[in-house]
Formats: sequence, C-alpha cells, structure tokens
Amino acid sequence: MKIHEYQACEMFKKAGMPVPKGRVATEVYEAVLIAEEIGFPVVLKSQVLVGGRGKAGGIKVVKNKAELEKVFGELRKLVIKGYPVEKIFVVGALDIKKEYYLAVTIDGANNDVVLIASAEGGVEIEEVAKTNPSAIKKYYLKGSRQLDQSRWAGFINEVFPSEDLREEGTKIFEKLLEVFFQNDCSLAEINPFVVDGQEKVYAADAKINLDDNALFRHEEFEKLRDLKYEDPDELEAKEKNLSFVKLEGNVGCIVNGAGLAMATMDIVNLCGGKPANFLDVGGSSNPEKVLNALKIILRNKDVKAILINIFGGITRCDDIANGIIKAKEQIELPVPLVVRLTGTNEKEAKEILAKKGITTFSTMRDAVNKVVELAK
Amino acid sequence: MSIILNENSKVIVQGITGRDGSFHTKQMVEYGTKVVGGVTPGKGGQEVHGVPVYNSVAEAKKQTQANVAVIYVPAKFAKAAILEDIDAGIELIICITEGVPVIDMVDVQSVMKGKNIRIVGPNCPGVISPGKCKVGIMPGHIHKPGPIGVVSRSGTLTYEVVYNLTLNNIGQSSCVGLGGDPIIGTRFIDVLEMFMKDDETKGIVMVGEIGGEDEQRAAEYIKKEVTKPIVGFIAGRTAPPGKRMGHAGAIISSGDSTAEAKREILKSSGVQVVDIPDEIPAIFKNKL
Repeated sequence: MKIHEYQACEMFKKAGMPVPKGRVATEVYEAVLIAEEIGFPVVLKSQVLVGGRGKAGGIKVVKNKAELEKVFGELRKLVIKGYPVEKIFVVGALDIKKEYYLAVTIDGANNDVVLIASAEGGVEIEEVAKTNPSAIKKYYLKGSRQLDQSRWAGFINEVFPSEDLREEGTKIFEKLLEVFFQNDCSLAEINPFVVDGQEKVYAADAKINLDDNALFRHEEFEKLRDLKYEDPDELEAKEKNLSFVKLEGNVGCIVNGAGLAMATMDIVNLCGGKPANFLDVGGSSNPEKVLNALKIILRNKDVKAILINIFGGITRCDDIANGIIKAKEQIELPVPLVVRLTGTNEKEAKEILAKKGITTFSTMRDAVNKVVELAK
Repeated sequence: MSIILNENSKVIVQGITGRDGSFHTKQMVEYGTKVVGGVTPGKGGQEVHGVPVYNSVAEAKKQTQANVAVIYVPAKFAKAAILEDIDAGIELIICITEGVPVIDMVDVQSVMKGKNIRIVGPNCPGVISPGKCKVGIMPGHIHKPGPIGVVSRSGTLTYEVVYNLTLNNIGQSSCVGLGGDPIIGTRFIDVLEMFMKDDETKGIVMVGEIGGEDEQRAAEYIKKEVTKPIVGFIAGRTAPPGKRMGHAGAIISSGDSTAEAKREILKSSGVQVVDIPDEIPAIFKNKL
C-alpha cells in the first residue's frame, strides 16, 4: 500500500527526523495560512501516488501570497498520469546546497533488508542506477535490526564527505530503520536528503510503501488509504477475497491461482483474444466466490465472453460447478460462458454442469480457443 | 532418488486441527506420506485422521523423530511456527501459509544463519516426490513417478504443467513449489543444483513469473552448470506494469522483471522457453 508524502512525512517527524515545516492543504486559504505561518518562500507539492510529479510540473516554489494563490489554483487543476491533484503539501523552501538519496528497502533476491545511499540525490534512483551505478552504495543489515559498527564506517564514509555529515547521516539512517521496522514498510525513502547553506540537514521528501501482508498489525493505516487510487471493482474484489486487476480486453477470466490466472491471460492473448482482467478466486472452495467474480466481471461492458479456468487442488471442481449453477440462477448472463475444469472432483463437476446443459473443456488450449472465437 | 523428500521423510503438521491443516493431513496420509504427528498448542492428546496431536513441535519431534514440518497456521502465527521448528531442530520446513509479513521472513532468515535448515515457501503449494511422499496442498493423483524435475513459483500453474506431462506418460522425480512471496526460503538455483545432482532427474521444467530477479540469477547458473535438458515457462506476458498480480512478488517494477526480459535471458542461457504449457511434453519426448 502506498501512502502520500505528507503522511509519510508525519511518520518521519514522529520518529524525530528533521523535516521542513509544513502541512497539507486542499483549499487556497488554508495554503495561505500555512505559508504565512512558516514564512515565504514555500514549496507547493502536489500529492499524487504516482512517480514523476516534478517532471509533470506538480512541484512549484512561490515567493509571496499573490504567487501562491495563482500557482495553487493551477496545481489544483493539474492531472498527473490520470490522477487529479486534490491535496497540496505546503512546506518551507530550503536553501539547498547538496542533495542525497537515502532509502531502506527489502532486497528479495538477497533475503535481506538493504540501506541504499547515493550522493546523487534529487533524481530518480533508477536513472542513477543506469547512468552511474557506482554512485549507489548499499549496506545490508544481514538479519540484524541494528547497524554493525564494524561495517558501517565503510559505507557511510563513501557517501558523505565530512565527519559532521556522516554523523547526521548515521542518525537519519537509524531513525529511518526505526520507521521501517515499526511500520512494516517495504520501502522508506528520502529523496532528496538536503544539506542547506548552514550545513543543516532535512528529509525534504518522504516516500513510504507499506507491506500489505502486515496491515493486520496496523489497523490505524486503513485511514491513510487514498481510495481514489483504488479501482472500485478491485476494492470490492479484495473485500470478497478475490484478487482482481482490470485490463483493456474483452475476454473475462475467472481462474484459481495467480500463476495460472496470468498464464490464462497470456494464452488468451496468444490465441488472438484480449483478456479483460486478471482474476484469482483463490484457494478455497466457496461457491459464492464464483457468483461474486461473475458480478464484478459483468460490470465491464466490454466483456464479450467469459472463461472459467479451474485446476482443482484445494479448490474442488464440484464446488465451482455448483457456484456456476447458483450464479446462473441468480443473475442473467448476457455473454457466453466457457468452462474448463480439471483436477479434484472433476468428474462430479462435469456431471453437475452437464445436467444443466453446460459443456466443459478438459484442456486450457481448447477452452481458450473457444472463448476467443465467441468474443469476436 | 528424488530431491527434498523421499520415502523416509517423517512429517509433522503444524495447524493440524485447522480447516486446511486437517483436510490436507487426510490427503497426505491417503497419498502414503508418513505423517507422524500434528501440532496445535492446547490440543495435545487429540487425534486428526488417526494422527496424534501434540502441544509443541519439541514434544512431537521427541515422540516421533519427525524430520519435516509443514505449516498451515494463519499468517500472523507463521513466524512463531517456523521459529519453533528451528528451535526443535527440524531440518526441513515447508510453509504453505499465504500472506506472511515480509519482515517476519527477514527475521526468520537471520535466525537460520549458520544452521543446516531448509525452508520452502512461504505461500507455496509444497513439495512432492511422486510415489514416495507428498507434503503440501497439490492434488496427488495428477502426478506420476518419472524422470522430470519441476520447479515453480506458482501453485495451480505447476499442476497444469505436471498434468500435461502425466497425460503424455512422462512422470516426475520431484516437484517443488517455491512460493509467490518476495522473501522465500528456497529459490530456483537451490533446486536446480539439487536436480543436477539427482540421478533420477533426467530433465527439468522451470516455471517462473513476472517480478523479482530470480529467473535472471537462475539463468546465469543454468548457463554454467545445467547440462540436463531444461524447459521454461514464464507467466505474466500480458500483465500491466506496477500492478500486483495476486502473488506478493508478482509485480513488474523494472524492465528486467517483465516476462519478456525473463524469457529472453532464459533462452540465451540454453533454456527452451515455451508459449503454452501443453508444448512441454513433446520437447521431452524428443530429448529423453
């Protein structure tokens, strides 16, 4: 789950990290009040959960009230990668002397937590990785939650040029680790970490991604969720324990298991069709899930045919078959349905469906070819 | 031979009195797996499908000499379950549980350091050595003993591959589900190494997907070390970038983590990459 900069900044502040003064505003009068409180110049930062907002013109410095009023209005009309700017973070402008990149994240390939730093801050780290990979320094926690003094100096000395900055940098990383572990983050990033004219340091930007698997430990995070960024169908699917992602095509897909669901989309595509969605009904056998899945898919008016592709393991094919029958009784299906069932209780399932005149396929290829033909 | 599991594997089931634990205990016992005990704190003394239940892993191990643990407990208890296994000296831990917090698995990794312990999963279907032992949730009947080793990040997609092999009378030595999470105990390279050393395994299928860089690392290894015929399938060619596709680890976050990039690097390392899983059996028919 992604959260906004102003929300992440609040977490940084709570941990005792130096952040620029500021608050979030939705109306221009609020922005004026905040700016007058902290003093001009201020930076107006559009709050969107997509990257590249600086390039899109979503971050502006303003010197006085008149300028603020004009620019605030312009930013509120801005749409960045499809998302309208609704909230603006108003923060004190810094006298930037030098910018760094600092982050803590999960390195899956190494089964570890990694601290990343670069003296080339303020730009996207992916860019630095491409153009100047040697500028990126990494420190692995190696299973610990503390910094190992014997290895730490080697890392921090490479990033910061002076003893004072190394000390500040160490303090910041310690706090960043605290934020990372306390909140079950998958990423906690400061870009840029700013050194100003008086050699004071600031976390001038805050980015936090939270581990969805750990949200059960943090009920308080639910109110941080910005529903604008969640597709309503995807949200509803989540509530019903389905995993759903909407796509552009016209072949609706209901599959059990994420890998098979992706493979089904790929094969629909290879056979000349276009998948309308990713949908994993998950491992359990609740017939209700088929009904819920069909309802969500049918809301997409582009869908011309639906493929149900089930490989029974934990999921029992007869439960799916009963779910299909139940769904047909409860909702009208305006498009043809193609069913492929293999695995646990396949025979029983086929009998149940045959009684209602629904034919089934045993192989994925045959079923996909059929559904693609019907969707044309 | 086979890898990871064999006819001597003695298994305890953590979470045996739960819905999934109990159902799959029955399935495993019916398959012939030596399920010697189950663990649910506070329910010691009961029996589930004829399997005795103990209060702790230590007690179960003492009474049964189990060497494998399989975990079906809810996500919030998975870390504690794994740590209990490590404490009790269980050598092989297969964690089926989905939705384990990533930081919990980082902590587990640090406790495991320097110990001779293997974890498979979490968020995986388990491991089967057909005809010998099945530990996990895969349907046993679609498998058949034979020469092909299967390693995969997915569950049902693995069944799809296995089913196609079996339909064409090609059996499997062992099938290993690695799991769909970013931090997992066993990765492609670990299993490929085992398949290379296993005499029974004559050919290998690897099933990958978008996200992470495990397939890339595997490709480097394959280029240098894998001399047995190897076929690959990568799921997620039509997955949009930035969207999590069911599995926590299945998300395209960079150009390297797309299905096409993975297919290309595997091809250049000598893997025969197929478009549809039902193309796999014909390749082995020509090579075995």
